[in-house]
Amino acid sequence: MPAKFISFLKDQGEKVGDQVHFLGSFFRNTFKKGFEWNELIRECYLIGYKSLPLVAITGFILGFVFTLQSEPTLKAFGAENYLPAMVSVSLIREIAPVIVALICAGKIASSIGAELGSMKVTEQIDAMEVSGSNPIQYLVVTRILACTFMIPLLTIIADALGLLGGFTGINISNKVSAVLYFNKAIAALDFTDFIPAFIKTFFFGFAIGFVGCYKGYNSGRGTASVGMAANSAVVNASLWVIVLDAVAVQLTSVLAYH
Amino acid sequence: METITDHTTITTGPANTNDREVVIEIKELHKSFGDHEVLTGITMDLYKGENLVVLGRSGQGKSVLIKCIAGLLDYHEGILKVYGSEIKELKEEELRKARMKLGFLFQSGALYDSMTVRENLEFPLTRVLGLTDKNEIDERINEMLDSVGLLDAIDKMPSDLSGGMRKRIGLARTLILKPEIMLYDEPTTGLDPITSKEISELMVQLQKKYKISSVIITHDMDCAKITADRILVMNNGKYIAGGTYEILEQSSNALVNSFFK
Repeated sequence: MPAKFISFLKDQGEKVGDQVHFLGSFFRNTFKKGFEWNELIRECYLIGYKSLPLVAITGFILGFVFTLQSEPTLKAFGAENYLPAMVSVSLIREIAPVIVALICAGKIASSIGAELGSMKVTEQIDAMEVSGSNPIQYLVVTRILACTFMIPLLTIIADALGLLGGFTGINISNKVSAVLYFNKAIAALDFTDFIPAFIKTFFFGFAIGFVGCYKGYNSGRGTASVGMAANSAVVNASLWVIVLDAVAVQLTSVLAYH
Repeated sequence: METITDHTTITTGPANTNDREVVIEIKELHKSFGDHEVLTGITMDLYKGENLVVLGRSGQGKSVLIKCIAGLLDYHEGILKVYGSEIKELKEEELRKARMKLGFLFQSGALYDSMTVRENLEFPLTRVLGLTDKNEIDERINEMLDSVGLLDAIDKMPSDLSGGMRKRIGLARTLILKPEIMLYDEPTTGLDPITSKEISELMVQLQKKYKISSVIITHDMDCAKITADRILVMNNGKYIAGGTYEILEQSSNALVNSFFK
């Protein structure tokens, strides 16, 4: 039993070492000559623009459903006036960043994991390496940076559409003008709501891109390993989003409120 | 001297290679995956300008050997020098430069499937050689596609190509960097006999045109007959016999003989 435990610890230690090495390669190659600008733009298009419909619909529905669910409770306390403020603070501080990141972990991390995994299986990554090209710079740096920059943008769009969903939800049972609703929603927000939530989305994006690339780039050689790479990319990226969110919330409360 | 030895490692090449430059030197090379030792002490030399065919049954470590030469796999013991540089001791940038002298044709062709044929050939020119002049890039791509007889496929995607066409494009993409050494990993596997013969003849033709030294991993005897200046037969991770096709054809060794039947 102790031997098994030691072997388990050794395996985990090796995995962490591999990830640290991969992270080091990412940073080294980000600042190396010959940055792949065209590939970065292409990845931003694929990761950002192509995820837009999914994120937009989800954002709108989140705001809409959240409003419909909260309204009866607030009404019971005679506090329905606070509904726009509650929707905006909840959405912008927590719900939209985390839900967008989790959706993107499912959509983007799996797609990167499967793409790089299949390139590994079909020896395309080896072909790049052996020709003297730099696959980390071309495949990994561009994807991680595209995720890091696109997730915050997608979150802002989800925030805006979530507020619009909330406005639609309120107007199902009440008649509230757009000016009044958005004035109340925005007045409830200050920088400590918006800025920390915005900053943490960069870390979510980085984690999604990094996990997807690491799992795909280091997948096995068989076809089954492509599926495993995609699957473990989603699971690990989602877990990282939750862990980073917990850390971010704790840091925010320490820095902003004390 | 040309020799055939039974279950003995060959360390000498043919008579006419003794005074030629050694481009790849391998001595007592060992490589394991976990407890399974795949290469068990291979010794071989590749001389400048020669086509060396490595024959052996599947799973004997032939592909592992050329992946070690290309620096894609680490080896545990032994010496592996390309142009006098020990591959294992090269730093990242030195290895990248050493690889520019090597070309590797993968079994599947390993074409980048999200790019057209033109982009596949353009990729190493812009990334490795740093070419920026559009006319020069186009000229080189056209010349190389013409050499492999697939100029018409320039705007096609890899998924639209047949197996033979993929191998040709893979060859063109590798040769566009003008490597001094080519490593072929089963270049005719999965192809019909006519296409196999065409690919084998193309390899010889391009070797003469670009003065390349080659290591060809295969178990296709027609390919070996067309391409080989010298053949080494491998079993259980080491070489058991070596010589020209004609000499090995007469071998009394049962395993060697089984390839030529």
